[in-house]
Formats: sequence, C-alpha cells, structure tokens
Amino acid sequence: MLYKRYLSMLLKSQLQYKASFVMTAIGQFLVSFTTFLSMYFMFDRFSQVEGFTFSEVLLCFSVVLMAFSFTECFARGFDVFPRLIRTGELDRILVRPRSVVFQVLTSTMEFTRFGRFLQAVLVLCYAIPASGVNWTGDKIITLIAMFLGGCAVFAGLFILYAGFSFFTIDGLEFMNIFTDGSREFGKYPLVIYGEGVLKLLTYVIPIALFQYYPFLYLIGRTENRWMMVLPLVGFVFLLPCYGFFRLGLSRYQSTGS
Amino acid sequence: MIELKGISKTFRVAKREAGLGNALRSFFKREYEEVKALQDISFRIDEGEMVGYIGPNGAGKSSTIKIMSGVMSPDSGECIINGRVPWKERTAHVQQIGVVFGQRSQLWWDVPVADSFQLIRDIYRVPEEEYRKTEKQLIDMLDIGEVVKTPARQLSLGQRMRCEIAASLLHRPKILFLDEPTIGLDAVSKIAVRDFIKELNRTRGTTVILTTHDMQDIEALTQRILLIGKGKILLDGTLEELKARRSHYRTVTVDHSGACLPHLEGAEILQDLGGHAQLRLDTDILPVARAIAMISAATEIKDFSVEGESIDDLVVSLYKEFEI
Repeated sequence: MLYKRYLSMLLKSQLQYKASFVMTAIGQFLVSFTTFLSMYFMFDRFSQVEGFTFSEVLLCFSVVLMAFSFTECFARGFDVFPRLIRTGELDRILVRPRSVVFQVLTSTMEFTRFGRFLQAVLVLCYAIPASGVNWTGDKIITLIAMFLGGCAVFAGLFILYAGFSFFTIDGLEFMNIFTDGSREFGKYPLVIYGEGVLKLLTYVIPIALFQYYPFLYLIGRTENRWMMVLPLVGFVFLLPCYGFFRLGLSRYQSTGS
Repeated sequence: MIELKGISKTFRVAKREAGLGNALRSFFKREYEEVKALQDISFRIDEGEMVGYIGPNGAGKSSTIKIMSGVMSPDSGECIINGRVPWKERTAHVQQIGVVFGQRSQLWWDVPVADSFQLIRDIYRVPEEEYRKTEKQLIDMLDIGEVVKTPARQLSLGQRMRCEIAASLLHRPKILFLDEPTIGLDAVSKIAVRDFIKELNRTRGTTVILTTHDMQDIEALTQRILLIGKGKILLDGTLEELKARRSHYRTVTVDHSGACLPHLEGAEILQDLGGHAQLRLDTDILPVARAIAMISAATEIKDFSVEGESIDDLVVSLYKEFEI
C-alpha cells in the first residue's frame, strides 16, 4: 500500500539523523512534561478546579495531548503547508496522479512527536485508575471516541491553516491561536474558561465536542449517553475545512502564486 | 498532440516602493499591478516532435509549462493535450506526462535513489514487470547503475539530473516537459543528457518540450523553435529558418599587421585589439569579397576566417529585433 511505503520512506529519512531524532523526541517529551508539572503544582495548592479533581483533569489533558500529537505527526504536511507552496513542492504534487490531500499528508510526517504522544499515554495510564471512573464498556468507547474526534478536529484546524496560507503568508501567525491555542486550552475542562468561551469552543471551533461534554459523561456528571458519540461530530468539522482548502487550491491554480 | 489556442494569463502582483514607510502603508492598502504573463498564445505540437521553447527570463515560458502540465489554469483560451484539458482532468492528464523542473528535485533527499524510483512506481501505478523493464533501460541508457544506490543528497549535480530525468520517465509518459535540464551541468553530463533525450525521442517517440537558455541544447536537440517574449509567441519555425532570417550576416575574424581597421560601411567592428579584429558583416551591403579587398588595401592581412553567426548571437539579435 502506497501510504505504508511513504511511511517507511519518511521514517528511513528521519532515522538518517539519529541523534537529532532522539534529541527532538526527548525535547518534545520534556516540553509537555513541564505543562504536566505546572498542573501538578497548581492542584497541589488548590486540590480542585471548578469541582474537578487532579486525576479527572489529567484524563482530559492526556486525551487532548494524545490527539494533538498524533495529528501533528501524521497531518504535519498541512502544518508546514506554506513551505510546500514556497519551495514549489506543491507544483510537484499537482503533476502527480494522486489526490492533493493524500500527497500533502504523505509529504512529511513528524515522528519525533511521539515523544509528546508517549507523555500523554503515560499520563493516561496513571489517570485511568486514579480518576475513580468505573471503566465499563461504554466509558471505554467514550474515551476512544474522544481521541478519534480530537484527531479529526485538530486535523481540520491544520487543514484550515493550510487553506489560509493560499491567501496570505504574513497573517498566518494568528492561526496558531486555533491550533496551538486549542491544545493549551484543552488541558482543562473547557467550562473553567466561562460560558462564553465554552460556546465558542462548541459551535465555532468544536473542541468541546470531543473534550468537555464526553468528559462529563466519563466522570459521571451526566447520564446522557449521546455524549458517547458526540466526539465523532468532529469528523463533520473536516468538511468545511476541506472545502476551504479546495477553495484556496483553486485560487492557487488560477493565480499561480 | 498538444494544441493551445488563444491562451492568456494575467497576474496581479503586489507592488510597493522600498522603505519601511511604504512597507507599513502596503500593510493596510495594497496596490496591485497587472502583469500580462501570456497574451493570446497559440501553437500546435504533434506527437513525437522535439520543440525548443526559448525566450528571456520572465517571458512566460514557465507559465506556459505550468498550464500545459495542469498546475495552473489560464484566464482564457483553450488547451487540449491528448484530448484532455490539463487543469480540468488533472490526474488523468498527468499520468501521461513527465515533468523535470531543472532547479528543483523530485527525489527524496535522504534515501537511495532506487527507493525514490520504487515510490514513484507506486504513485503512478506502474505494473511490476513493465517497471522492471523500464527501470533497467533507463539505468543502462543514463549509466546510473551505481548512482541509484546512493542517497540523492550525496550525488553530484550531473548524477542527480540524470536520476531526475529517469524518475520522470518511469511511467513511460507520452510527453516530457524539460525545464532547463542542463542548467549548471558540466560538459560531459550535458552531452550525456542530450544524447539520452535524443535517443528517447527516437526510440519511444516521446514528445519533448524543452525550455533552456543553453543554445547548444537547442542546436543538438530540437528541429523546431518557439520564441516567446513579453508573453507573446514571436516566432515559430525550424532552426534553419531562424538561421536563414539572418543568413546575410557573417562574422569575419582578421589577423592583421596594422594598428586598426578602417571604418567600413555595412561592417560592425566587434573588437579590434593588437592586430586581432572581429567584424560583423551585413553581406547585403558589403559582400565578403569586397570587405577583404578594402581591408587588405588598408593593412596587411595575416590570417582570415569567415563564419556564420553563432546560435547565441542569433538569439541575442532576435531578442534585439523583437525588443524583448
């Protein structure tokens, strides 16, 4: 399968520089570890935030971080899309008989993000027993749905970012509010930022769909079983993002820049 | 078959004066300048032709190639290649073309070239048996048997270019676009690349469209020349026709004992230093024989040679003639 061949090719390429690979992966691990530490010290003082305990919040934190680092690894092509335009690699993509999205996805992958992913997994391993959740089948499904929905929403945000880079190169920094910002916001259950922010993050950038609402179900604050599948709505978010990307692409093809 | 009819393309280029103040101003209010990259471009290229597409930098060569390879769509006009509109049926179209951008690589930098080839095989869905045959052929013809085991980043430019060309031919395209394939290559590699392209055209009947600034490429490879300048096709003809346009010009080299040559009507003195002079004669005004007579009357001629214009001069004078 072609995707697998790309995967092994990129892995081979990155392992050419072993020391750099290992250092970056460790760096990624440490960066998110400091985030974890800051949370630890805060809860050490206050013990609860809006009624959520430390280990409950860690569930939230780890799922969001897992989804983010996973997406950052495999949808990296959209994250570095301005580079593909600048170097002309996009023209090369356009003269190959495969879909543009597929080729962007396979143009680069950032395996060092597994440092971050590993961190998230470790935290999750700690939080699963410590959170006091009774892990029945539907709770496990919810957790998996949260991860998948998170990947979809983050992927959507990266695709949106790539779409914007067709129109402007200078103004791209503001998009980081949505990508990196979502990750940072997502550390805590979104309700702590207030009702307004929660609405924004539900209807505009639908992070809450895979984070806050199913999380409530997970820790038993709500019995609404719809929350189990709510994260999958994140996949619907991909559609407008993809549409916007196509719009940008057709503009690129008509302006050539 | 390639057919372009009335292709036009206009770009909007943001313009601003230098300086911080202007940079700030343009942040709020952009001014755009319309650049007519292509104006009413029409031509037809039959299967199996080798065409040299020449013109100065910024004339519109790359834009035309981008349109023909489906990367860009024109504002107006028709372009049909083997029955398809490139930018509308992109994936079907690109399966039949090969593109070499001379200044950019399509090989994966850190893995052996052979690995890149295999990936390209999968991208184009080339059947295994056909691939093995094609790959072997290309490797033999381009003499890159050892080279393909090396990562692309360790190759010399000449080696890499040969690999690039092989990479764009693995799916046996009917049309090959070469954008400056010999740029920066040493003499040996240049000749190897040229010989290969000629051979490819002869044996497989591949249509080749070549943009270049190297006139020896044109002389060695192409029968037909398309000259583009300021977005317009200025000339479409054979190399011979082109030469015939300026066949009344001769370059005369004279070694003489005098201090300098006299001024002659119809002759332009290109250089005259220490008894070694070069003149360009317009034979319609001043035939060679008369020029010799006039020079030998003024000074003693030691050595003497007459040549037609070199192809580089030819192109320079063409550019001058069309003011591009």
